[in-house]
Amino acid sequence: MREIGTECTLTVNGVAHEVSGLHPGESLLDALRERCGLRGSKGACQEGECGSCTVLVDGVAVCSCLTMAASVEGCSITTVEGVGAGDLSDLQDAFLRAGAVQCGFCTPGLIVAATALLERQPDPSANEVCEGLAGNLCRCTGYGRIVKAVLDTAETRRSSTS
Amino acid sequence: MSDTLAPAHPVESRQQVPGGIGEPVLRPDGGAKVDGSYEFSSDRSIDGELWSMTLRSPHPRARIILVDTAPALAVPGVAAVVTAADVPGVNGFGLISGDQPVFATEEVRFVGEPVAAVAASDAETCARAIEAIVVIYEVLEPLVDPERAVDGSFEAIHPDGNVIRHQRIRRGDVDFVGEVTVEGTYEIGMQDQAFLGLEAAVAVPDSDGAGLELLVATQWLHEDRRQIAACLGLEEERVRLTLGGVGGAFGGREDISLQVHVSLLALVTGRPVRSAYSRAESFIGHVHRHPARIWMRHHADRDGTLRKVEARFVLDGGAYASTSSAVLINAVTHAQGPYRCENADVEGWAVRSNHLPCGAMRGFGVVQACFAHERQMDLLAEACGLDAVDIRLRNAMETGDRLITGQPIDNVAPVARCITETMALPMPEEDSDGHVLSAPGGAGLTSDDGVVRGVGMAVSIKNLMYSEGFDDFATVRCVVRDGRASLKFATAEVGQGFITIALQIARTELGIADVAFESIDTAVGSAGSTSASRQTWMSGGAVVEACRGVAAQILDMAAAEHDVDRALLAIEGEWIMSDGIPLITVADALDGREFEHTAEFHHAPTAELDEDGQGDCHTAFAFTAHRAVVDVDPELGLLRVVQIATAQDVGVALNPLSVIGQIEGGVAQGLGLAVMEEIIQTDGVIRNASFTDYLIPTIADMPPVLISLIEERDPIAPLGAKGVGEPPCISVTPAIVSAIDDALRRAGVHRSALTRVPVRPQDIALAGEGSTTTVGP
Repeated sequence: MREIGTECTLTVNGVAHEVSGLHPGESLLDALRERCGLRGSKGACQEGECGSCTVLVDGVAVCSCLTMAASVEGCSITTVEGVGAGDLSDLQDAFLRAGAVQCGFCTPGLIVAATALLERQPDPSANEVCEGLAGNLCRCTGYGRIVKAVLDTAETRRSSTS
Repeated sequence: MSDTLAPAHPVESRQQVPGGIGEPVLRPDGGAKVDGSYEFSSDRSIDGELWSMTLRSPHPRARIILVDTAPALAVPGVAAVVTAADVPGVNGFGLISGDQPVFATEEVRFVGEPVAAVAASDAETCARAIEAIVVIYEVLEPLVDPERAVDGSFEAIHPDGNVIRHQRIRRGDVDFVGEVTVEGTYEIGMQDQAFLGLEAAVAVPDSDGAGLELLVATQWLHEDRRQIAACLGLEEERVRLTLGGVGGAFGGREDISLQVHVSLLALVTGRPVRSAYSRAESFIGHVHRHPARIWMRHHADRDGTLRKVEARFVLDGGAYASTSSAVLINAVTHAQGPYRCENADVEGWAVRSNHLPCGAMRGFGVVQACFAHERQMDLLAEACGLDAVDIRLRNAMETGDRLITGQPIDNVAPVARCITETMALPMPEEDSDGHVLSAPGGAGLTSDDGVVRGVGMAVSIKNLMYSEGFDDFATVRCVVRDGRASLKFATAEVGQGFITIALQIARTELGIADVAFESIDTAVGSAGSTSASRQTWMSGGAVVEACRGVAAQILDMAAAEHDVDRALLAIEGEWIMSDGIPLITVADALDGREFEHTAEFHHAPTAELDEDGQGDCHTAFAFTAHRAVVDVDPELGLLRVVQIATAQDVGVALNPLSVIGQIEGGVAQGLGLAVMEEIIQTDGVIRNASFTDYLIPTIADMPPVLISLIEERDPIAPLGAKGVGEPPCISVTPAIVSAIDDALRRAGVHRSALTRVPVRPQDIALAGEGSTTTVGP
């Protein structure tokens, strides 16, 4: 007999994780990190300000620190570990090449948020990149290389499909 | 996958090993950082671990009457509760004076001071145990006005007294009075490093209980070890540290935070103990940039030639000393800025208060001094009828000019080039692009009506490395085995990219492309701190020397085996050359043999200051200029930084991609200080310990940054490269404030110059008090 709210099945990157012993209101971030062993998602503010914990829930970018784990049972969750499908995605590669990574703590959240952004807007302007990523703080890079990485990815995708 | 971008120069294989110095080589840890597999210190988990948490003072100043931990020990799942009584060694730590207790004993001196710590089965249980501890305080009046520490009107709040350090600098004719004088009083708010990766560590006790291993995100492993061992009463060798992945630092990890607490709990419980701060705890759990109040009076000839600087600095060090005394010396010795000035009368105090402790943050005292001297240069320009660029060019330091301490700038001082190359960078389009994000204040807060553009500029000088006679060194071991090279060092990689630079240097020096680095830990000599813009110079210098030691052994061997004159041999690219002619490749010469060399790199000694503040106390200097373009809504007090242009004196760019990253990141932190970042304390109580209330720049706040790298090889730096970490975050702050003033002037707003950062909406929209400009004696 399952106790409501303390046990659930989380479908993360296509894999079902049975988790149990959840604290009341335990966040998806804590469940991913401490119960599913997926530590790619980071916590840096615990209140939805920094975006380091961004994951996709049914394709929509959310702060996993503000999402109750039990509330997303049955949803398809994608974390940074699931973005690349074995190899680096073109966006991840662009982050690396553009110099968009320094300490790297914000990077997983940014990769997930930018992945969602390019799904919504395959051909964003620089301003649209800034709008789309305004929920993700970075303290090292000053963001210039991050904008470049996203624009470079969009450009490469455009030229490979045209 | 190749780890390089396109090579900087078309490469003949003999000339350059791929991935050597000068190329935009990619980070060796970058792949793991983008795919989420990189392990930060907060990601390490060990079987059987306990969690820990710290109980902190809610009062800025109070006497501890009673601490009762028994109710916490009764909480199921709690393994240990420790207080000052459980500290087996010295209950005091600190980078310079050891005046800060591991746990408070008789008195707490700031909101957030640790009183006790618990270890329990999980974080939830820790939180319940913390709540269960009973502490009875007798609240005392806090010292919150630093001037009362200076004038001695407040009782000592610490046995060491309320003045941490006082320093005077007198040079030339201290009674000189200029034809033109300008003066002002300037304030800098308390800034937080706000690194994203919160403090975290895991301590694992040795099975015999007489030592431990600690995985921690820090800036200086060996200094942490020294302090931890002293507090725990252990030999240093029994405390072994490994660098956990570091999520940014910026000075905020130079001091001890959770290291002793988690280590002590591991020894007491005999189990691995893990700790990770929340954001709120981080804000009160590490040191900050010193808030400062600075008065300056500049004396000049009518043509704008600077003749004398007078200044009075008061830095609020908060409750404990940390590095306040060194921050003060940086501030007062940089009072003149990057300008010639033969006369000076400067005095400064770093004092204690019941505010949050302050210590290192990127720019280390020079940020404060630069804001004041650059606001003064704007006033002086106005008083002399010159523009902001002309007054600075007229007074710009050149190589060989002296600081007000008498120290000559004997590396390279391309100040005029920094200024002219900054101003030569293109200006932005005159009109806003009309996007909502481009309007002052961001989306939807203002209309286009009445928005006025302003332009400002500023210049900085920053010392590199440590000062005042400190014997600073870094250690690197280089091993070549099976045709591969491996580097061992204790240099903290905090995101800045030293590991990339280290591999590049080794490739170029050894002619070996396959280079790796080993675990960063205390199993090798100290590398010193990742601070003071010093690691490329210091640890980089040690990599050069370690690799050259190995190269010399390889060449000795090649000379003997090929019967050639050793003096004619050199490594160029992948080849050993004999008098310029290829002899054998390095790879073939190695022939599977092993070589090893350990080097300890020291910079030239520095001196202490005498009582008049004279002495060659610094090691080297770097210069930077910034130009800011800002749109301001004067009625609402809102603004948007439209563009930053900067030229920076870098010596040689060993990795252009890394240098650009440091510059853009530094600009963002200087912009934050200019217009949004400040820790607010009321009667000693922090009001904004969260990212909701303490704002740092988002991607939408950042303008384009145009960069010109000035590469004039530094004759005293290893490989000619200056440190590039701190210089970009210094003069950008006054440049932005100058641009805001310019916009207000153009808008016809008559008011005195802005004198405080961060600039708040009310500082723009409401008439404020400010500096006075007086002409004539």
